[in-house]
Amino acid sequence: MCATCGCGDEAAPRVYSLEVPGLDVPGQEVPGPQAHEHSHEPGHSHTHDGHTHSHPHDHAHPHADGHSHTQANTPELIPLEQNLLAKNDLLAERNRGWLAGRKVRALNMMSSPGSGKTTLLVRTLTELGDRLQAGVIEGDQETSLDAERIRKAGRPVVQINTGAGCHLDADMLRRGLDALDPAMGSTVFIENVGNLVCPALFDLGEAAKVVVVSVTEGDDKPQKYPHMFMAADLVIINKSDLLPYVEFDVDECVRRIRRLNAHAQFLVLSATTGDGVTAWYDWLDGHPSRTETRAGSLAGPLEESLTDAH
Amino acid sequence: MHELSIAQSLIDAVLDKTAGRAVMGVNLRIGPLSGVLPDALRFCFDVASAGTTLAGARLLIDEPQARGHCRECGTDFAMTDMFLLCPCGSADVAVVSGRELNLVSVEVA
Ligand SMILES: Nc1nc2c(ncn2[C@@H]2O[C@H](COP(=O)(O)OP(=O)(O)OP(=O)(O)O)[C@@H](O)[C@H]2O)c(=O)[nH]1
Ligand SMILES: [Zn+2]
Ligand SMILES: [Zn+2]
Ligand SMILES: [Zn+2]
Ligand SMILES: [Zn+2]
Ligand SMILES: [Zn+2]
Ligand SMILES: [Zn+2]
Repeated sequence: MCATCGCGDEAAPRVYSLEVPGLDVPGQEVPGPQAHEHSHEPGHSHTHDGHTHSHPHDHAHPHADGHSHTQANTPELIPLEQNLLAKNDLLAERNRGWLAGRKVRALNMMSSPGSGKTTLLVRTLTELGDRLQAGVIEGDQETSLDAERIRKAGRPVVQINTGAGCHLDADMLRRGLDALDPAMGSTVFIENVGNLVCPALFDLGEAAKVVVVSVTEGDDKPQKYPHMFMAADLVIINKSDLLPYVEFDVDECVRRIRRLNAHAQFLVLSATTGDGVTAWYDWLDGHPSRTETRAGSLAGPLEESLTDAH
Repeated sequence: MHELSIAQSLIDAVLDKTAGRAVMGVNLRIGPLSGVLPDALRFCFDVASAGTTLAGARLLIDEPQARGHCRECGTDFAMTDMFLLCPCGSADVAVVSGRELNLVSVEVA
């Protein structure tokens, strides 16, 4: 990470597979694109986190017609009119096509740090066993601790370390999918970096966005982080075992999400005690993926990956 | 700090279209419901554009008002936050504008 501005682009994301016990898959490193060059002008110094910026901003206006210049070349205005995330969205569409072609369902799991995504995934993979053919792509800034936990559950897992990056983007997912090489008809759980802000903005090409919120975080989370809850297809309210000890009104939380998002579904469960997880398994079982709906012709086989007992 | 990734996408998109010409200005349209803060983006742009043909370019950001349309009473109204609520009390509201995150044009020398 860049010490001057705290930006993460020097550290290109690292993508690597973890060996699964009993499965003979060698660890594999997928090289990232070359980190781009950038430099800072001398004297540029500031710290991040929580402060407001006081850098002077250049609030100049575009040149009006007839404005003359002394330079040899007359400036030219090139109209572009494109979305700033167009490149990510294009890569996301490619991921969607790639996934649809293999009938693979990818679920993007997002939350604040520590809401219980990995705990829920480990339980899901362990309890569903062969009923659910699944792999995991783990996004974290550093370490492969979460990926280790998944690996112990005996499932193929790829770790993506984003360094200073606070979210996964479509390009990182593509590289994660290349490394994971998911089987035809399987499910890929993508555990996004713990962060309720940035991941909401980046389409990965996933079939559905699952947002986990835990009862220790407060039932006003949806109000504070509206983008995330607006983007959700399913909201899981986790750590329900702690409801007697914390002030968290489930109905109030659901009501707040509804005001942002008319189509989200809700589940209340405890990833540690297993209370309520059957509803999550049912959701996994019956959920028609968005990839499926868009591609039109793929209805059916995705659900078999879970319901078929092989 | 997703603004840094977005500044990087912005710079990549402009480099793609300007073929090495010096960029004097970049015009953007960013709605208040887009999830991107203009000031944070300006800061990230200054940092990320250093050493490229966009270094020192003016970033002009048009910030349109967020507007909603109520399907219940038919009113168009200014939205102050992302909560879909019409002054009439209905939550059956469509976002008409405010989610823009667009690169409008660039001015090259
Ligand atoms: N009481 C209780 N604790 C839980 C539950 N689910 C997870 N935890 C605990 O919460 C902590 C964080 O859980 P993780 O599964 O690591 O959370 P995560 O969302 O994967 O965290 P990051 O990957 O860091 O974002 C751990 O100590 C878990 O044991 C639950 O349902 N009830
Ligand atoms: Zn830097
Ligand atoms: Zn700063
Ligand atoms: Zn985790
Ligand atoms: Zn961010
Ligand atoms: Zn981010
Ligand atoms: Zn109304």
